[in-house]
Amino acid sequence: MIPIECYFALSALLFFIGVYGFVTRRNLIAMLISVELVLNAVDINFAAINRLLYPQGMEGMFMTLFVIGVAAAESAVAIAIIINVYRNFRSDSVDAIKNMKR
Amino acid sequence: MYSYTIFIMLLPLLSFLVLGLAGMKMQHKVAGLIGTCSLGIVTILSYMTAFQYFGAERVDGVYQTFVPYNFTWLPLGNLHFDLGILLDPISVMMLIVISTVSLMVHIYSFGYMHGEKGFQRYYAFLSLFTMSMLGLVLATNIFQMYMFWELVGVSSYLLIGFYYPLKPAIAASKKAFIVTRFADMFFLIGILTFGYFVDSFSFSFAGDIVMGQGTTPFIEGNVAKAVAAGGFIIPTALVLMFIGGAGKSAMFPLHIWLPDAMEGPTPVSALIHAATMVVAGVFQIARMFPLWIEYAPGAMSVIVWVGVFTAFYAAAVACAQSDIKRVLAFSTISQIAFMMVALGVSLPGHEALMDNHAQLGYMAGMFHLFTHAMFKACLFLCAGCIIHAVHSNEMSLMGGLRKYMPITHITFLISCLAIAGIPFFSGFSSKDEIITACFQYSPVAGWIMTGIAAMTAFYMFRLYYGIFWGTENVEAHEHHTPHEAPLSMTVPLIVLCVITCGVGIYTTLGGFLGWGGSFGSYVSAAGTDYTIHFDAQIAATSTIIAILSICLATYIYKGESQPIADRLYKTFPRLHRAAYKRFYQDEIWQYVTHRIIFRCVSTPIAWFDRHVVDGTFNFMAWGANEAGESIRSWQSGDVRQYAVWFLTGAVALTLILLCI
Amino acid sequence: MGNTVMFIILAVLILGSALMCVTTTRIMRAATFMLFVLFGVAGIYFLLDYTFLGAAQISVYAGGVTMIYVFAIQLVSKRTLQGLEERVKSSRMITGALASLLGLVVVGLILLKTGFYTVDMSASDVELPMRTIGAALVGAGKYQYVLPFEFISVFLLACIIGGLVVARKEEKEL
Repeated sequence: MIPIECYFALSALLFFIGVYGFVTRRNLIAMLISVELVLNAVDINFAAINRLLYPQGMEGMFMTLFVIGVAAAESAVAIAIIINVYRNFRSDSVDAIKNMKR
Repeated sequence: MYSYTIFIMLLPLLSFLVLGLAGMKMQHKVAGLIGTCSLGIVTILSYMTAFQYFGAERVDGVYQTFVPYNFTWLPLGNLHFDLGILLDPISVMMLIVISTVSLMVHIYSFGYMHGEKGFQRYYAFLSLFTMSMLGLVLATNIFQMYMFWELVGVSSYLLIGFYYPLKPAIAASKKAFIVTRFADMFFLIGILTFGYFVDSFSFSFAGDIVMGQGTTPFIEGNVAKAVAAGGFIIPTALVLMFIGGAGKSAMFPLHIWLPDAMEGPTPVSALIHAATMVVAGVFQIARMFPLWIEYAPGAMSVIVWVGVFTAFYAAAVACAQSDIKRVLAFSTISQIAFMMVALGVSLPGHEALMDNHAQLGYMAGMFHLFTHAMFKACLFLCAGCIIHAVHSNEMSLMGGLRKYMPITHITFLISCLAIAGIPFFSGFSSKDEIITACFQYSPVAGWIMTGIAAMTAFYMFRLYYGIFWGTENVEAHEHHTPHEAPLSMTVPLIVLCVITCGVGIYTTLGGFLGWGGSFGSYVSAAGTDYTIHFDAQIAATSTIIAILSICLATYIYKGESQPIADRLYKTFPRLHRAAYKRFYQDEIWQYVTHRIIFRCVSTPIAWFDRHVVDGTFNFMAWGANEAGESIRSWQSGDVRQYAVWFLTGAVALTLILLCI
Repeated sequence: MGNTVMFIILAVLILGSALMCVTTTRIMRAATFMLFVLFGVAGIYFLLDYTFLGAAQISVYAGGVTMIYVFAIQLVSKRTLQGLEERVKSSRMITGALASLLGLVVVGLILLKTGFYTVDMSASDVELPMRTIGAALVGAGKYQYVLPFEFISVFLLACIIGGLVVARKEEKEL
């Protein structure tokens, strides 16, 4: 079996790649995609710990299941908002939303 | 027994409040009546007090001091500020003076201020002034006296600046207030020094006055403690207090405010700047007299020489003034200096505390205060009548008024004779005794004072002839004939003259015939009966000199034109101009304040205040502002930047939690 | 042995696609690379013997969510699709890289310091039976998941309605 540290390393790397993408990208949808990466990293973590450290329980798997569901819902709402933003600001860049900025 | 005396203080206060708050809604007549009636009642009460007090039994030949009221207002450890009423020969005498003159002024103002805007305000301020002056003389402790001293100053400021739309009036009232306030600073330091070392402010100097009981005055108490602390402390405190008194009583060089104070209405000048407020300094010295005699006899020479110089200076300037009120103002300064000198020449005797020498000066000073108040008030009120008739203060526009204003003429003449020191008028007795006391002190002082008395007679009669004789101002009289003043203005004149003559006749005859029962039987330094004996030589000398001066003045000024005066004027133009400009005292003070004090002291302090004190706070505000501006970029509205900070924060928190 | 090889392949796929996803300038490519990442993660699940989870991942995530993103990209980024590329400020890149590196270091430290014990690996490569999962999902017993299941269905409903309301076209007033 693969030692658990490998899974942790994988998920950590994926997590921080997602964070980097969130901070760097200007396009709203690209930022959302980076958030999806973060969520997926967390999912890997849950599943690995459940399988390798606590095989008799099922909490990790169900957690992952529900995270997948919630992520889907959240993407839907976020996209709806982005569509609204696009309608009002005519742009898909996060810098465009600056009415309340000084 | 004297419980009604509280109304002497309360009634004017009440009248001030009523007139001050509701005066504008009243008619003029009503306001005037309220003020005058309340003062009438005060006068009746004062006379009642005097009769009761002086008619009471003496204990050990000394009039007892009564303290009907004395309550502690502000206790501060050992010291405490009291408010109370002290009845004592000089305070009762002052009660009579103040209430009489004030009542006369109230009645007179009905006529003089008729139709003026602010009539009610005027009466309100008169009531305030009367209350303050009464509080000053009835004070049981020096702090109460100081408090009312300041109140008197405020009333004076308000009344001098009565015609506040006019710039000269404002300037004069400010000057009066600032100069007296400056002097009062020294007074306060003196009080504090005194209180600190003696542990008491009360006038019995025995610790505390006990309410209701009669106590013999001026028992030595904690004063001994102050003496033990250092021989110079009590004289220093007393001299500081004298400086405060000198400011209020217009001694040189703090006299500069009094001539300018003539910008106020003439009845105000009569009341405040002739009869009552300006004698507050003299009253203060008289009140503290036992301490002066016992502990600071050497310092009394300060009083004497300041007084002598002031008297001479004021008399010299008065000879050259053309504004009748200014002449009277300088005359007042000179006469108050006489009173101060009288108090100052009281030397301690060889055996007893209060022996003949001390008695004479004290009594003479107080007597002169009484008589001067009467005739000077009369003079000012006459001047008011004249100004009312001629609508100007300048002597050059007057002349030959004796035809038009008989009552004013007679009363003015009587008061001039009184001030010149002619027998059978009150000024003779008082001035004569002062000169006698001066001769006992030192012949030099005596001859100088005699000379000044001669100058007094001279310039007063110059004034008299200038107003009532001489050439008429025909053109002005064609426009508007001067007429005698209305009854409300002439009755006070007559009353004051009657008092002057009455006192004069009584004391002169009493002195010549040795009746006793004169002023000295009521007011004297030790409280005992002091009979005046006229020193015939001095009396004769002073009378002759006075008559000579009057003749000189008559010779120079009586005729239709004044050739001798004009020739003198041409010969000594610069001296005349210097005297006219009061020997440039005002300019000197201006120079000192503007060039020296403002430039060297005030400007650096102002700079410090603006740049350092304000600068600190401005700097703190600027710093806060800058800090805020620099943090502002954190609120960029940039979601990604927020995410970075969020992450950094989470990492930091994790590290902290790990390390703990 | 086979597991290790599989894992390595999957790891390379995931990390490579992720890196490409966040660094590419063209948005459609980012969506595609995300799809690859999702596939890779599903592979990981299969490796862990969670077949149901893997199936759910593919059907929901890779199928549904990616489609949403693609449609959104079509709707929103008109100009971007037409070839306009996104420029990234270099300062921002450095900041991002730094922050991520910092986080990575911290997490790495924690990983290294914590000693993980591994359960006896004698538990064989047996997949979790579907029956158990199903029973647990709708069971109301102590460690069973009917409540979160119901909750998530309501939640999904709310999100659908919310999304509809937010993205609704405004009615023009005549």
